[in-house]
Amino acid sequence: MKRYVVIWFPNLLTDWLAIRKPELKEKVFVFTANVRGRVMITAASKAAEMQGIFVDTALADAKAIVPEIQVFDDQIGLSQKLLTRIGKWSIRFTPIVAIDLPNGLILDASGCTHLWGGEKGYLQMILQRLREAGYHCRAAIADTIGTAWAIARYGTISPIISSNQQYNAMLNLPPTALRLDNLIMQRLHKLGLTQIGKFIQMPRSVLRRRFGEELLLRLGQALGTVEESIKPLVVVLPYEERLPCLEPIRTKPAIEMAITKLLELLCLRLSNEGLGIRSATLKGYRVDGRLTEVQIGTNQATNQVAHLFKLFELKVATIEPALGIELFVLTATKVEAVLVHQEKLWSGKPGLADTGLAQLLDRLAGKIGQQAIRRYLPAAHYWPERSLRPALSLEEQAETQWQNTNPRPMEMLSRPEPVQVTAPIPDYPPMNFRYKDELHMVKKADGPERIEREWWLEKGEHRDYYILEDEKGRRYWVFRSGHYNEQKSEWFLHGFFA
Amino acid sequence: MTTEKQKILTRLKRQLLEAQESNPTLIAPGDGFGLGPLEACFPFKVFPTGTIHEFLAENPENIAASEGFMAGLMAKLMETGNPCLWISRNRKLFPPALQGFGVWPQQVIFIDLYREKEILWVMEEALKCEGLAVVVAELPDIDFAQSRRLQLVVEKSRVTGFLLRKEPKRLSATACTVRWSIKPQPSELQSGLPGVGQPRWEVNLLKVRNGHTGSFLLEWAADHFKFFETTTAIDSAHSKQAG
Repeated sequence: MKRYVVIWFPNLLTDWLAIRKPELKEKVFVFTANVRGRVMITAASKAAEMQGIFVDTALADAKAIVPEIQVFDDQIGLSQKLLTRIGKWSIRFTPIVAIDLPNGLILDASGCTHLWGGEKGYLQMILQRLREAGYHCRAAIADTIGTAWAIARYGTISPIISSNQQYNAMLNLPPTALRLDNLIMQRLHKLGLTQIGKFIQMPRSVLRRRFGEELLLRLGQALGTVEESIKPLVVVLPYEERLPCLEPIRTKPAIEMAITKLLELLCLRLSNEGLGIRSATLKGYRVDGRLTEVQIGTNQATNQVAHLFKLFELKVATIEPALGIELFVLTATKVEAVLVHQEKLWSGKPGLADTGLAQLLDRLAGKIGQQAIRRYLPAAHYWPERSLRPALSLEEQAETQWQNTNPRPMEMLSRPEPVQVTAPIPDYPPMNFRYKDELHMVKKADGPERIEREWWLEKGEHRDYYILEDEKGRRYWVFRSGHYNEQKSEWFLHGFFA
Repeated sequence: MTTEKQKILTRLKRQLLEAQESNPTLIAPGDGFGLGPLEACFPFKVFPTGTIHEFLAENPENIAASEGFMAGLMAKLMETGNPCLWISRNRKLFPPALQGFGVWPQQVIFIDLYREKEILWVMEEALKCEGLAVVVAELPDIDFAQSRRLQLVVEKSRVTGFLLRKEPKRLSATACTVRWSIKPQPSELQSGLPGVGQPRWEVNLLKVRNGHTGSFLLEWAADHFKFFETTTAIDSAHSKQAG
């Protein structure tokens, strides 16, 4: 059974301004806009309403009642912006919140109220928090949006309409409570139908003929015979767990307990479906209305609570509880099928598929960033700098073989360093070379190994590489850029052999 | 000292050793690391795995030589299929070169960091992970307390750790089990063939806990270490520099 809460803000815009400018509190002030050449009131403060100034009266009339009235310009879309903000804030009460222009919110409270000790406590908590913030508001809870809407605005007895009591609740309400347009309202008024109870029993065909399909639709929606859907502000992801807290939480151990609890719930669900988390977000809804969130990612889909907790543990320090967090929401933003061997910790296949290793890398990535972790695979290039490429994942296999026909140096300089070389005969290895002010006499040499630049990638000279061993047995990788040229040959040191 | 006293002393020493090395991972000498007489320097005459080894390298040439020698050891340690973690700052190691020493470059995961503190943290975390065959960290300097921490971690997890100390600024005592220093030596070719021979090193054991120091000449012969009788080329004074 669905339960809906509708919140009504009779003075949404003026309350908002009074919160920002406390000196306006209890003052008579209005928002106005130009409508067909006349300045009309679009929102009036509580004090103004007490004086008999309502929405849709002309500003001139209002000035006649209260000469010192303060006037502000209405901005298009302001109420939608405000409602969206309040709606997102109220996600702490239920995941599904929709806005109801111009001045209401619809909350799908199904299955949420017991967390606040029943529907009464739930409504009281919502209203108390909104009133503390400075908004005038009324709310009602019922099986249908229509009834809740009507009771929130026109109800006089109780804001809680128990299940299947919509009919009785609506009987004494005026027809405006049905969300009808002005034309139908006028027609009903003309016929003296001032209460819903007076026409609710009339045959449907009669009502349809006289008032059109809309009246029947609205009646049906209020009574629950016609389904009404809402458009949630934030779409609920399939893997999400919520943890409302009785008291606002602000200490590290408490946050960690909350994370563990949420992870246990989420991982149980995931493991039942054979899924694991690749990335997850933890959101904390704070008492002051702000949101604090942290994200984690894993290298391998996992639903191990202990491991995921360790990842969050590294981030706990970045959660700012401020005055306290009253709701935690843990969302798995990316899930993947989990490999079965993960269930047995540590006993997976040795090698890169090892669970322990994946967990270690997750922890490292959480602390130092994923970009610091690299693994290399061979790339089909001869040019030394391009002969390897970073692997995309731990599972990725090499597509080509590593080249092992020619030896490569253990240490390679990222930028070859120029050396002075004595090389008397073209294409023969140098006799000696000078590197960092030290002269090395070449005793043994190997080469040249000519490596052409890939012209389709970049322009430039080819390189002739030589392996040189000096008198002390130190081995170097030296190349000449381009062809031999007695005067202008450029030589570089590119690496050190073991 | 009488022979009886001597006997008691050796027995006590043995007991002390066993107590200290709570759980020595023993590779049967037969399928050891093929280091030949060098292994006699270690306790039980076995290359100690599951501990921290420290390699001193003062210049780029020695660094390259140390990395080559380490790669040879890594190849043996990674025979189980477990990968290696290589933590470094300003890394110059060229991964394809590893395969020349029997290590598959794709089995090595590189962690490139900037701060020493981070390197130590990552190394400690990595050493706790039993799924790794060996963890290598390039770190110029380490103090006793830091090395003790690492040593304590590996005593539990039995992962082997290599510390490559590139151009160290000070040589203080560390808790590492073995301190090495590898220097390149002129290679030799068979009967006047042209080119450059197999990598050959002067391997100095500067410090071995419960073992003794030494200096050796080794060559990497395609897939195994080849031992040469200590020649006059090697200055025996090196072995006295134990730290």
